[in-house]
Amino acid sequence: MKKFLGVLLISLLSACASQTTKPSAEVEDKSVGTAPAESGGGSAGTTTSPSLNPLTDPNNILSRRSVYFDFDSYVVKDEYRSLVVAHAQYLRDNSNARVLLQGNTDERGSREYNLALGQRRADAVKHAMTLSGARETQIESVSLGEEKPRATGHDESSWAENRRADIRYQGE
Amino acid sequence: MWIHPRRFPQALALLFWLISSSPLQAALDIEIFGGGATQIPIAIVPFATEEKLAQGVTPVVAADLQRSGLFRLVDTTGLTPHEPTQVSYPDWIGRGAGALVIGSTVALPDGQVAIRVTLLDVARQARLASYSETVPAGQLRAAAHRIADMIYEKLTGDVGVFSTRIAYIVKQGKKYALQVADADGFNAQPVIEYTEPIISPSWSPDGTQLAYVSFENKKPVVYVQTLATRTRKAVANFRGSNSAPVWSPDGKKLAVVLSLMGGSQIFLVNSDGGGLQRLTQSPGIDTEPSFSPDGKHIIFTSDRGGTPQIYRMPVSGQTSRTAERLTFEGSYNVSPHYSPDGKRFTFIHRSGGRFNVAIQDLATSQVQLLTDSQFDESPSYAPNGKMILYATEVGGRGILSAVSSDGRTRQQLSTQTGDVREPAWGPLPKLR
Repeated sequence: MKKFLGVLLISLLSACASQTTKPSAEVEDKSVGTAPAESGGGSAGTTTSPSLNPLTDPNNILSRRSVYFDFDSYVVKDEYRSLVVAHAQYLRDNSNARVLLQGNTDERGSREYNLALGQRRADAVKHAMTLSGARETQIESVSLGEEKPRATGHDESSWAENRRADIRYQGE
Repeated sequence: MWIHPRRFPQALALLFWLISSSPLQAALDIEIFGGGATQIPIAIVPFATEEKLAQGVTPVVAADLQRSGLFRLVDTTGLTPHEPTQVSYPDWIGRGAGALVIGSTVALPDGQVAIRVTLLDVARQARLASYSETVPAGQLRAAAHRIADMIYEKLTGDVGVFSTRIAYIVKQGKKYALQVADADGFNAQPVIEYTEPIISPSWSPDGTQLAYVSFENKKPVVYVQTLATRTRKAVANFRGSNSAPVWSPDGKKLAVVLSLMGGSQIFLVNSDGGGLQRLTQSPGIDTEPSFSPDGKHIIFTSDRGGTPQIYRMPVSGQTSRTAERLTFEGSYNVSPHYSPDGKRFTFIHRSGGRFNVAIQDLATSQVQLLTDSQFDESPSYAPNGKMILYATEVGGRGILSAVSSDGRTRQQLSTQTGDVREPAWGPLPKLR
């Protein structure tokens, strides 16, 4: 049963991932199953349609969920500031919302040390969010280290894709 | 200060025994590179009637001894003594054998097999050891490993590790399996299998339990699983990440790394999950703890000095903000693991884009590089301190390798398919 749930979860997640990159007519249907309970408010400013969940609406900045980092760095770069602030404000305005921040690294080096590096990246995003109005208790920062690479190549472009923190809302 | 690894010649030994021994349970193939300068020449005569058994004994013994790098097999063709009285010593002296192993197997009506083995010193023409045991036919490999341990112990003075087990992770497609196998790679058994990553297996000192990190719940959580019953328990599932479990030598506690209080810091937790206690306090990363054999110290990786280096601190029961830095060569030294005698540690050293297995002597601080491959990870000592098991990469695929602690002999252990990583060498069996 657990295994089945895990598989289900993965397929739901991959469904989510494909929504953010390739929006399609199926978006609404699929988001029914994954919509977080606290989505009713629609308080994020750029919501295009009241029927769309701002977190998954491809036209909403909140549908963007990844913050990328430089090699060996856990500094949140300026280009991700608006993204982080938007999520922080959503959390501030939706006090029941909870997020899991998952830090990731490229594949080079010790797995456990990379796990700690990924934690630093997630912690850096968490810190930035709390400075912008999210409450500490709404955010859990964890690390997946090098274990869940989005890009599976062994080159610089894959490594860059994997130096990343992802924002996942509870229920997703 | 640096001693560079010898250049290893091409595969010196093509292992006929691997082909000739039963492949039915084979999970890992083993290739040996190099070889020590002072190998003991040993002749192992096939035991009487063992060819009638489903599993031969002497091929396993020979493979074990050869894998250690300390033995050279002497050809036995044409000579078939099974009793000491049948031994013609001049023949063996002529073939250059220093030691001779003879014996017999008898298949009993109840399915058991009676084994008798004798180890002889050829030069002194004397018996070094001799014993008999009766085992179920299904345990002939285990019996052979015990014979290899006995021979190794008599001829080298060190404890043999052929009856130990190893744990490792196999990634096959999208599946991850934590497996336990005999030290020669046979009898691989899955402990758990998941579609999410598993890392950092760690043996309890009595060999009955494994701690590991599973990502099945969207984040790393530390579990302890009892091998015999397959029951398991989350012993560190705190807010944030939970990882890098390692048992204290008395088996009562685990050191784990938690992000519970910010950063990645080392804590102690009872093996049932209670009694959380913080050990390190630094503004940086503290991870990969390893206990000294007496349990009084830990060594660990920390970036408190700007780059990841290895540090040591006493385990006093109190949180400590200070630790003694041990490594200074290079900008990346990680994954420390104490030797069983507590006098040195093995670790991964990065230099020019390569990640290699090294050892450092605690008294002299002398460092020795043991490998010259590209991506080595997760070194752990054999319980007799003579070999180091580690993960490496060949042709883009993860495999296990072992290197003798003097760097002279290396062997590859590889599965047919899949990525193998995160090896951990288990403890000596309790009753010998």
